[in-house]
Amino acid sequence: MATTVPTDFTNQVLYTDEVAEFSPEVIEEMKSHLKKYPPERKRSALIPLLFIVQRERGYIDAPGINFVAKFLDLTVTDVWETATFYSMFHFRPIGKYHIQICKTLSCKIMGEPEITNHICKKLGIKPGETTPDGKFTLSMVECLGSCGTAPVMQIGFDYYENLTPEKVDQILDSLE
Amino acid sequence: MEIRAIGCEPLQLKRMHIKDSHTLKVYLETGGYQALNKALNMTQDQIIEEVKKSALRGRGGAGFPTGIKWSFVPRSSPKPKYIVCNADESEPGTFKDRYLLERDPHAVIEGMLIAAYALGAQTGYIYFRGEYKYLIDIMEKALEEARAAKFLGKNILGSDFSCEIYTHTGAGAYICGEETALLSSLEGYRGHPRMKPPFPAVEGLYGCPTVVNNVETLTAVPQIIEMGGDAWRSLGTEKSGGTKLWSVSGHVKRPGVYELPMGYRDMEKFIMEDCGGMLRPDKKLKAVIPGGSSVYIMNADQIIGKGVTMDYEGLVEAGSAVGSGGFIVMDETVDIMESTKNLTEFYKHESCGWCTPCREGTDWLVKIFNRIAEGRGRPEDAQLLLDICDNIEGKSFCPLGDAAAWPIQSAIKRFPEDFKKWLFKNVNGDKIVANVEVEAV
Ligand SMILES: Cc1cc2nc3c(=O)[nH]c(=O)nc-3n(C[C@H](O)[C@H](O)[C@H](O)COP(=O)(O)O)c2cc1C
Ligand code: SF4
Ligand code: FES
Repeated sequence: MATTVPTDFTNQVLYTDEVAEFSPEVIEEMKSHLKKYPPERKRSALIPLLFIVQRERGYIDAPGINFVAKFLDLTVTDVWETATFYSMFHFRPIGKYHIQICKTLSCKIMGEPEITNHICKKLGIKPGETTPDGKFTLSMVECLGSCGTAPVMQIGFDYYENLTPEKVDQILDSLE
Repeated sequence: MEIRAIGCEPLQLKRMHIKDSHTLKVYLETGGYQALNKALNMTQDQIIEEVKKSALRGRGGAGFPTGIKWSFVPRSSPKPKYIVCNADESEPGTFKDRYLLERDPHAVIEGMLIAAYALGAQTGYIYFRGEYKYLIDIMEKALEEARAAKFLGKNILGSDFSCEIYTHTGAGAYICGEETALLSSLEGYRGHPRMKPPFPAVEGLYGCPTVVNNVETLTAVPQIIEMGGDAWRSLGTEKSGGTKLWSVSGHVKRPGVYELPMGYRDMEKFIMEDCGGMLRPDKKLKAVIPGGSSVYIMNADQIIGKGVTMDYEGLVEAGSAVGSGGFIVMDETVDIMESTKNLTEFYKHESCGWCTPCREGTDWLVKIFNRIAEGRGRPEDAQLLLDICDNIEGKSFCPLGDAAAWPIQSAIKRFPEDFKKWLFKNVNGDKIVANVEVEAV
């Protein structure tokens, strides 16, 4: 789908017999999601579980998919099918910090291009790329629901609003 | 960012500036859960009747009368019923639900509980867009508080009504705001829309009767029960009841979330006074998209001196629509070919790929826009864009296709100069070959 979000499968292993393992705490967390849905509708927990896999493993990989399929009594194809629809899932490793700049209209007219240029220059990467030290990945995303405080970016799940180049410097410099 | 009511007492925004407004304590101190108490002493029909009287129309974008939607649910069906809160909020320009969820989560819960009681539902889900993770965390805490205080769970407030509400997350897909796609997603599938009919009210989540309502629709429900449907309606107009939130972004001095009574006059005053006027005073107003990216774009001539009324009828008369209330203001520095290209890229990215007109059409539209933006536009390209729009509009499986076509149709019709400029760059003369007359709906 998105060309600027790292969702492509180049050089990725899509099938393996290996099944990912998770700590008992994480398994408990997964089970807590199952409680929300009727027992025969476990598939509903698929997206929440994929978020956990992505958080724990850094990205969604074939062993992670295998685990979720087993956990929910689904086929591996069922899981891939759903996972690949959603732009917040990525299927190859990304940087420690995922910078997502909103490129939609309100942000665009309120200074997004300047912010994007600034970040690209500062980090020496283009949208879709990761810095060589693996610290930052840069993506361009669609409206983040924060248009009144444009321009806006998310790093991971955190919102950064009313951005200026100076503010961007402060934010990025403060990240370890 | 501004958050305030103009022309009415804050209702939806009542708690926005109170410290810790997201907590149960503050919610109760400010009248919270009294409407639920009242509702539990009414019959289901009485509640639906009050909501009908209120003339509340869905705030998610389609504007369908809420009371009528609720009355479609076959309450005598032996199947479980569901209430789903649509917190997917992804329509470009829209961010009002975010503040309701952040600062007044108990109002969402109370609205859902009253709806659940009226519909005979025992389970509710709140479907958040994946990016709103921090709001899920806030909501989880609110649900926990409500559960502990017996507003949620078995025998609520000592009645025989029991209901549970859960949060659910999306993962980045605008189409999942469309109610049937939302249900596919909530069931763990790709977010493809489903055929209607059957409508969700009859066959929705897990094949059971389901009402999907927007966050702002649901937070209006406790107000309606509290003051009565007629009183709530009279805050607005006969046909557009109550108040409405507008998410204002773009080139104004004070962007933000504004609550206006329906029928507020007028749009020019709203921009020039209430929102503080143009961001750069030396730049003139050029365009407004009043209801989120999917509605017709308006030019300044349709606004200045026209006394446009801010409600469903007024905006249709003025040549656009209320939509989601995502009010995007653009000054003369914006090139409307470029702004329309930007939105078309959005629709191409968000097209779910299910049906051919939308999937292929949005792809071609972007290709043509790219060509135009690279200075290789051809005089006939405006007509070509319109032809493709014509092949998408009304011929796609869900309204996203129409939503991709409308911005382009209205932009070419209302800002022909901005297209001419690009299409005739390398051509002599100033005669646009394209027929830029578009039928307004
Ligand atoms: C492409 C598309 C996206 C939509 N996105 C949203 C959304 O993000 N939030 C929302 O409440 N409604 C959205 N809707 C409208 C829903 O389909 C549905 O009408 C609404 O949730 C019903 O609630 P309401 O009657 O309270 O407005 C969208 C519709 C379409 C066609
Ligand atoms: S109109 Fe677009 S979004 Fe809707 S079903 Fe067809 S491809 Fe999917
Ligand atoms: S346009 Fe950037 S947050 Fe909405």
